[in-house]
Amino acid sequence: MTTLAERPDVDRTGPGNRSRRRRSDRTTVYLLLLPSLLPVLVLSVFPLLRGIYLGFTDARAGRNVEVSFTGLANYRELLGDSLFWSSFRIGLLWAFAVTVLQFLLALGLALLLDQRLRFRGVARVLAVVPWAMPPVVVGILWRLVYHPDAGLLNEFLYRIGADGLRTTWLGDFNTALPAVIIVGVWAGMPQTTVVLLAGLQGVPRELHEAAAMDGASAWQRFRNVTLPSLMPVIVAITSLDFIWNFNSFGLVYVLTAGGPGGRTMLPMLFAYEEAFRYGNYGYAAALGNVMVVIVVALLAVYLRRRLREAN
Amino acid sequence: MARNTTSTGPTTGPGTGPGKPGTATAGAGRAKPRRRRRVGRGLQYLALSGYLVFLAFPLVWLLSTSFKPPRELVQLHPTLIPESPTLSNFVQAFTEQELGRAAWNSIQVSLASALLTVLIATPASYALARFKTRLGTVALGWVLLSQLFPFVLLIIPIFLVLRQAGLANTHAGLVLIYVVWALPFALWMLQGFVRNIPRELEEAASVDGANRLQTLRRVIFPLLTPGLVATALFAFISAWNEFFFALVLIKTPELATLPVALARFVGIEGTARLGPLAAGSLLATIPSLVFFAVMQRRLASGSLAGAVKG
Repeated sequence: MTTLAERPDVDRTGPGNRSRRRRSDRTTVYLLLLPSLLPVLVLSVFPLLRGIYLGFTDARAGRNVEVSFTGLANYRELLGDSLFWSSFRIGLLWAFAVTVLQFLLALGLALLLDQRLRFRGVARVLAVVPWAMPPVVVGILWRLVYHPDAGLLNEFLYRIGADGLRTTWLGDFNTALPAVIIVGVWAGMPQTTVVLLAGLQGVPRELHEAAAMDGASAWQRFRNVTLPSLMPVIVAITSLDFIWNFNSFGLVYVLTAGGPGGRTMLPMLFAYEEAFRYGNYGYAAALGNVMVVIVVALLAVYLRRRLREAN
Repeated sequence: MARNTTSTGPTTGPGTGPGKPGTATAGAGRAKPRRRRRVGRGLQYLALSGYLVFLAFPLVWLLSTSFKPPRELVQLHPTLIPESPTLSNFVQAFTEQELGRAAWNSIQVSLASALLTVLIATPASYALARFKTRLGTVALGWVLLSQLFPFVLLIIPIFLVLRQAGLANTHAGLVLIYVVWALPFALWMLQGFVRNIPRELEEAASVDGANRLQTLRRVIFPLLTPGLVATALFAFISAWNEFFFALVLIKTPELATLPVALARFVGIEGTARLGPLAAGSLLATIPSLVFFAVMQRRLASGSLAGAVKG
């Protein structure tokens, strides 16, 4: 009750008073921020910079190892490392395949969930569950599905009479990567679906109605009304998905640990092995640096093309 | 959801009515478009059931495996529904040294992370919401930027820092990492909650003679409770699900968290141990499920969609 009447009095302080107050405000702000800022600086910003630097050194595991700056030596070595190249190819294949499939399937599901269908509630709940599972559990879950003897997939193939197709999905050179990609799609689809669904619900309905009045077919309306308004959301979520997929670790570590014969050795797994199995810290950090540069370059190309299309 | 309530034109029933508003009036009374629409509807249901199968069957399989006795796990042709369901897998998963202890470790680490995150994020989020500083933009930028960098780059220096502080291979070290990792997003989320509290309330309190601390305690804090709960839950779940840092930083098996213990369990699995493995995995999912159930409306609105990555 008193606020409106008395507020002018609060503001009627002298100029000197006000600046003193502002200075004390600033101190308060810094005091309030300090407990958050300090740990972030020590355990996030500093390690990141240090990690980037390590990529230019010959750092190795061990207590009293001398670290020296070696410039681009790590990168020259990477160029000649066939394991690195194969891991990188697998990583890009994985990231692109998972991101694209994830997006297409999620878009389809989001469009369905946006309709008035029965069982939509069930589908909405189910669509979120994989997201709620820890990556390690998702890995275990799909190991059970792909299990050669006790697995759901092989048993299903047997029941429909396709016994010849039974295989050790995660242990076979040809099926391991596709099998792992399907798991990646399953695990990441929910989040993409939820984001796209939120985007769909933001598309102005008047546009749809106007287009329908003009005799546009469902496909034309999707193509010319839904898709353009959804574009910003699509660009944002596919970019994020690509980054997450390219940097993913836990899922594939549990599923195959990079095997068989390195067929699913994603770059993160490769770097992990280099760092913590062989102790090559500098080399692993260099690999991390290359991953960042590649992701940023690909995203820049993607975002620029989208921007140009938008104009 | 609002758009679904406004279909015009004649509808034959709640499930079969036209989904896209607008098409109804155009096609009413004409036989051909209606038949085509019915075919379209059928295709939509076909697609939806395809999705349901793809999403649900792996989950059903996990559920079923966790209730199967050992005999059924080794049988040549496993069934979808356990023939003689049993709880022994859950008992085994619990009493099995590693998993029980790992679950307890995970609870401690996640609780500590959640409390500490809320404790240090609350004052900072208040500052970010109420005072104009460039740090707000910087914090937001850091959220996005930190997504870009693979953990390999961070983990080695973090390991070295923690070792220097004598915190390598301890739960305290792990908690610190989790807090830092959850902090940027927690700040972003919490300052949104603070912003939603009208500034007038604070001004009124100060006019009534309350000092800043009293205002915070009596006015802001009670109103902020939902935000604090959400932030704590978010921090708890990130810590609970985290695998990579725990794998690298904790060397003593007795200190391992649940995801690490489960992953180790996988390494030594035989068919006979699939039951307890499935049961343990199921139990490990429960906290996240609770979190998602609580946050569902928020997640559905997309406002937190960037929060928890899979």
